[in-house]
Amino acid sequence: MVIEMQEEAFPRVTDLQDYDYETVIEARNLTVKYGEKTAIDMIDIRIPKNRITALIGPSGCGKSTLLRSFNRMNDLIPGAVTYGEVIYNSQNLNDTTIDAVKIRRQIGMVFQKPNPFPKSIYENVAFGARINHYQGNLDELVQISLKRSALWEEVKDKLQESAYALSGGQQQRLCIARALAISPSVILMDEPAAALDPISTAKIEELMWELRERYTIVIVTHNMQQASRISDFTGFLNIDRQNPDARIGRLIEFGETDKIFFKPIKKETEDYISGKYG
Amino acid sequence: MSINITEDLQGTYKERLIWRKRVGQIFHIFLLFSILVGLFMLTVMLVDIAFNGGSWLRPELLTNYPSRKPEQSGMKSAIVGSLIVIGMTGLFSFPVGVGAAIYLEEYAPKNHLTNFINLNINNLSGVPSIVYGMLGLVVFGRMFGVFSADNFISRWLSGFADLNPTGGFVLNLFGLDFLQIHLPFGRSMVAGALTMSLLIMPVVIIAAREAIRAVPPSIREAGYALGTTKWYAISTLTIPIAMPGILTGMILSLSRAFGETAPLIIMGAFTYVPFLPESVFDHFTVIPIQIYNWITLPQENYRVHLAAASIIVMLLILFLMNGVAIYLRNKFEVKW
Repeated sequence: MVIEMQEEAFPRVTDLQDYDYETVIEARNLTVKYGEKTAIDMIDIRIPKNRITALIGPSGCGKSTLLRSFNRMNDLIPGAVTYGEVIYNSQNLNDTTIDAVKIRRQIGMVFQKPNPFPKSIYENVAFGARINHYQGNLDELVQISLKRSALWEEVKDKLQESAYALSGGQQQRLCIARALAISPSVILMDEPAAALDPISTAKIEELMWELRERYTIVIVTHNMQQASRISDFTGFLNIDRQNPDARIGRLIEFGETDKIFFKPIKKETEDYISGKYG
Repeated sequence: MSINITEDLQGTYKERLIWRKRVGQIFHIFLLFSILVGLFMLTVMLVDIAFNGGSWLRPELLTNYPSRKPEQSGMKSAIVGSLIVIGMTGLFSFPVGVGAAIYLEEYAPKNHLTNFINLNINNLSGVPSIVYGMLGLVVFGRMFGVFSADNFISRWLSGFADLNPTGGFVLNLFGLDFLQIHLPFGRSMVAGALTMSLLIMPVVIIAAREAIRAVPPSIREAGYALGTTKWYAISTLTIPIAMPGILTGMILSLSRAFGETAPLIIMGAFTYVPFLPESVFDHFTVIPIQIYNWITLPQENYRVHLAAASIIVMLLILFLMNGVAIYLRNKFEVKW
């Protein structure tokens, strides 16, 4: 009886059958704990293919944790334990027999702060290809990757210069190029524009819109305008409001961005979207 | 009681700006004084040495062996001994020290044993060098006496190794004289270099760990996100970025080893060496021991002039070594 009541308080979002889309990553009952602390609890989500999915929610609600569990980056955090399933290519990524290194080749990641390697622009893009023993023409790959990340025109004459000579926005696009160079099918972006000025942010957003043709993009963002501008689907995560001190993240609502922003089903989502808290 | 926030708060601050500025000035003067004390002492030393030894800086100092006549005395064997011992110390301590640092930073589990090891590495850097000398003597010089006559290891070894006339064995594995291995190492350069390596290892490890820790985690994350294995992330990202810091630690440690005297005296480095070593198992002396030897002699020419001149030579070699090392470090420097 008690359990049932709890389930009523936090209904799980499983009614995604309404939407007809091709799924690329599916999380089932995904729970991540850092030691004793539960970061995200029982999350079910389906990431649609060749679409931009935004994850929004207040600070500390587990957006980044959810994102990082899509390519097993949480493995790198000491004490992090993952339960449940993440299905990609009909394989459970959380299966210990699956090599995280292999997953990360197919599911790339871009971080909040631009973090190019202290190497030349060319070497930055070529790095991932080299370690994964790319068999084609490296120069061509670097050029294509930089073109796809809309950086080629700006850097084509200074490929051998240090990546740190670029501006913050250019560095972030270089990081995107670096991720593209290993031909991922999914790109995870953890607040990619949070450290950038508005003009660079606009460029990144434009770029994401172009990349959506070829790649599936999942973006975590604090900026709700950004989420509403660029995403096709939006997931709203929030900390468990019955027990706010524990800061357990749950997926409150997931759906098409327009519906989440203009006709949210849950009161909680509406409150967050309209700025009542967060 | 309610607080009227529009209440006039003037007069409640006691700024004392003049006093605060004066404190800043006093602090500035104190800092300047600190650096001047060091500089002054160094200048006194350098002037004194230059005054006493300047006119004794002659080519013979570099080309001659020590002699009974001060005018013909040189430190050729000490310079060669120092360079070989320091070179070997670098070769031994760099891979092992950096390896230990990488293990402790990247692989070691966070548990009590690791904490205990950390604590001991920090403590070891404070152990007097003479203690390392005794350790080196027992472990490398004598090898616990296992190769002394009349025990089973010696009897077993005597089947296929030559008995050394001065005790111990000579293994000639490659049929080349300069590749002979002497057991135990005795009063040789290998034993000295191994002892020196132990001596500087804690500092090398601590410096390398600091350098590795200073590599931003975001760089490592970026590497992992591109599908690198742990080894690859460490070898292509962490180590190259940490290399300047690691080399700084190596430079400081080797400079210290260059000037160390006590452990090598315990180890049995000779004070009078009128020959150049033919292999790393030869007897040797180093510059600080040569200086120490001359300072203890009664004649003024040895005690004052020759010692001062050899100190100048030693400082010049040290400058040269550090210059090369700093050049190498700057070559590795990562441009951020």
